[in-house]
Amino acid sequence: MSKPSSAVVVENLVKRYEDVTALDDLSLQVQEGELYGMLGPNGAGKTTTINILAGLTRPTAGSARVGGYDVVKEAKRVREIIGVCPQDTAVYDYLTGRENVELFGSLHGMQPSEIKSKAEELLAAVGFEEDADRRVGKYSGGMRRRINLVMALVHDPKIVFLDEPTVAMDPQSRHAVWDFLLELGRTERTVVLTTHYMEEAEALCGTVGIIDNGKLIASGSPRELKEKHEARNLEEVFLDLTGRKIREAV
Amino acid sequence: MSWQRTAAIAGKELKQLTRDFGTLFLLVLFPMVLTLVFGLSFGGMGGGGEAKYEIAIVNQDPGADGRWVDYFLANLTGTGLFEIELYEDNESAQVDLQQGRIKGIVVIPDGFGASCQSYQQATQDPSSWVNATVQLYLDSGSMVASQTIPSVMDQVLAIVLLGRTPAQPVLPVSLGSPSLVEGEEFSTFDYFVPGLFAYGAIFLIMTVGQSFTVEREQGLLRRIRTTPTSPFELMSGHAISNMVKAVIQVGVIFAMAFLIGYRPNGGPSAIAMAFGIVVLFSLCCVGFGLITATLAKSSNSATGISFLFLLPQMFLGTFVGSILTPTMQQVARFVPAWYVTDSLTTLFIRGAPVTSSSVMFDVAVILAWSVLTFAAGIVLFERYGKD
Repeated sequence: MSKPSSAVVVENLVKRYEDVTALDDLSLQVQEGELYGMLGPNGAGKTTTINILAGLTRPTAGSARVGGYDVVKEAKRVREIIGVCPQDTAVYDYLTGRENVELFGSLHGMQPSEIKSKAEELLAAVGFEEDADRRVGKYSGGMRRRINLVMALVHDPKIVFLDEPTVAMDPQSRHAVWDFLLELGRTERTVVLTTHYMEEAEALCGTVGIIDNGKLIASGSPRELKEKHEARNLEEVFLDLTGRKIREAV
Repeated sequence: MSWQRTAAIAGKELKQLTRDFGTLFLLVLFPMVLTLVFGLSFGGMGGGGEAKYEIAIVNQDPGADGRWVDYFLANLTGTGLFEIELYEDNESAQVDLQQGRIKGIVVIPDGFGASCQSYQQATQDPSSWVNATVQLYLDSGSMVASQTIPSVMDQVLAIVLLGRTPAQPVLPVSLGSPSLVEGEEFSTFDYFVPGLFAYGAIFLIMTVGQSFTVEREQGLLRRIRTTPTSPFELMSGHAISNMVKAVIQVGVIFAMAFLIGYRPNGGPSAIAMAFGIVVLFSLCCVGFGLITATLAKSSNSATGISFLFLLPQMFLGTFVGSILTPTMQQVARFVPAWYVTDSLTTLFIRGAPVTSSSVMFDVAVILAWSVLTFAAGIVLFERYGKD
């Protein structure tokens, strides 16, 4: 039985693809209102975990609950309360940025007037005052990623999954998104963020779970982890835990 | 089911139609150009005028009784089917036939006039007749000419020898004058138009197949699956948008055909029924498109795989079907597009009412095909094609 204050509960999750084990008995909890960073190298199992939590992939074994709902048995209820920003930008090139955002508002059942105002607010927050009505096909990579992010948030989800939201972004865009995410973290919603950027996890997340080879190998606040491992940063924490630098693991 | 989600999916698909030139071309401009080209090539302009065949006449009969040759040529011209050109010799006519400049050669032999005269003088005494053979050479590259010209020549020769109203034996049973169901004259284009409606719609198979595979490749289908949108809402949105596209296609083809002289043999109810039939058929095409997307690993391969479903519809079920062999015309009844073309032919050429049993039967078959392929498409795509 999950604790009432837990937004996400993962218990003994296993996912195998033929002879590859992507998740190996993974267990973790994310508290309501928390900005939780899932940190690890590429291939650690972060995206597989997000896919299972979003109901896109069925686990081989174990269980996961999101907002109190089982992700397999109550997938429809889970989809009503989550917003997902995929790692690979998934946007309609022939629609404008605003139309992409409004489309996903409609798919989440929002009222048209509510969609308009929320889209306007979020587009302004990520710096789209002038470009929102241009087709996404004409956008730069950074602009596409920002629209990708806003599409996950337009319906004010209780729980947000952001899979590597700043990967391949230029430093300026990345810091703009960090500011936006920090603002997001101050609301009551729960945010689960995957990243392999140590500095991103350190800057944004109240709690960090370090995943390697499909297992959770450490969790806690960045400060707790650094103190426990007598490290100056999370990179050194990862080195202490695995004997490898996270970049080498990538 | 949420109409808001379904409408949102349909709306973004229709925006693609107006913003993506490739889709716009395939679904709207291509049928428009096709109709225009067919109309101008096969008699759309100017209504039901018949084609004329240019034929060469080589007269080898120097006989004194030249009136029989003149009479024969006058009857040939009188059919309205031929443009006659006199040649000095068979060799030069053969050269023009091989070059495709003429559709046939009629060689009037020495003794033609004498032969006709001998028949007139003793119609009941074959032993006194002078025999002569009119040689006919035809353009083997023209199927229509090679089928049409010999039978018309037979009729013309009969008229020359027997007169326009040859005496008929008095019999208790007589054959009435053959007449078409409607006494109107149709051009080749008129017969092609019903097939053009089906021809335009079948390209929905390709665009639906491509649309789903592109969305799958770009992670858009997965993203939609993280929203409360159900598979049925997603598919319904696609189906509705494609029905709207089918209406636009029919409207474009009809308007273009009308502009270049096409006048269907049916009133507003027949036209409305035609829209309904093609819209129903578009659902079938969405089903085939989903099956295409299930089989295709990429958007590129979707184009090729779509032809598995598109080509049989094209060759057996549209205007192409009118020139099929009898065997293939039977085979054609296994493709749904055939019933679209047949029902529209019944409405627009035969002039049957929309409630006629023939039209109702065709609609029932199209409905069955549409429900089956759409359901099969959804099930197969959800099970094997969505990831």
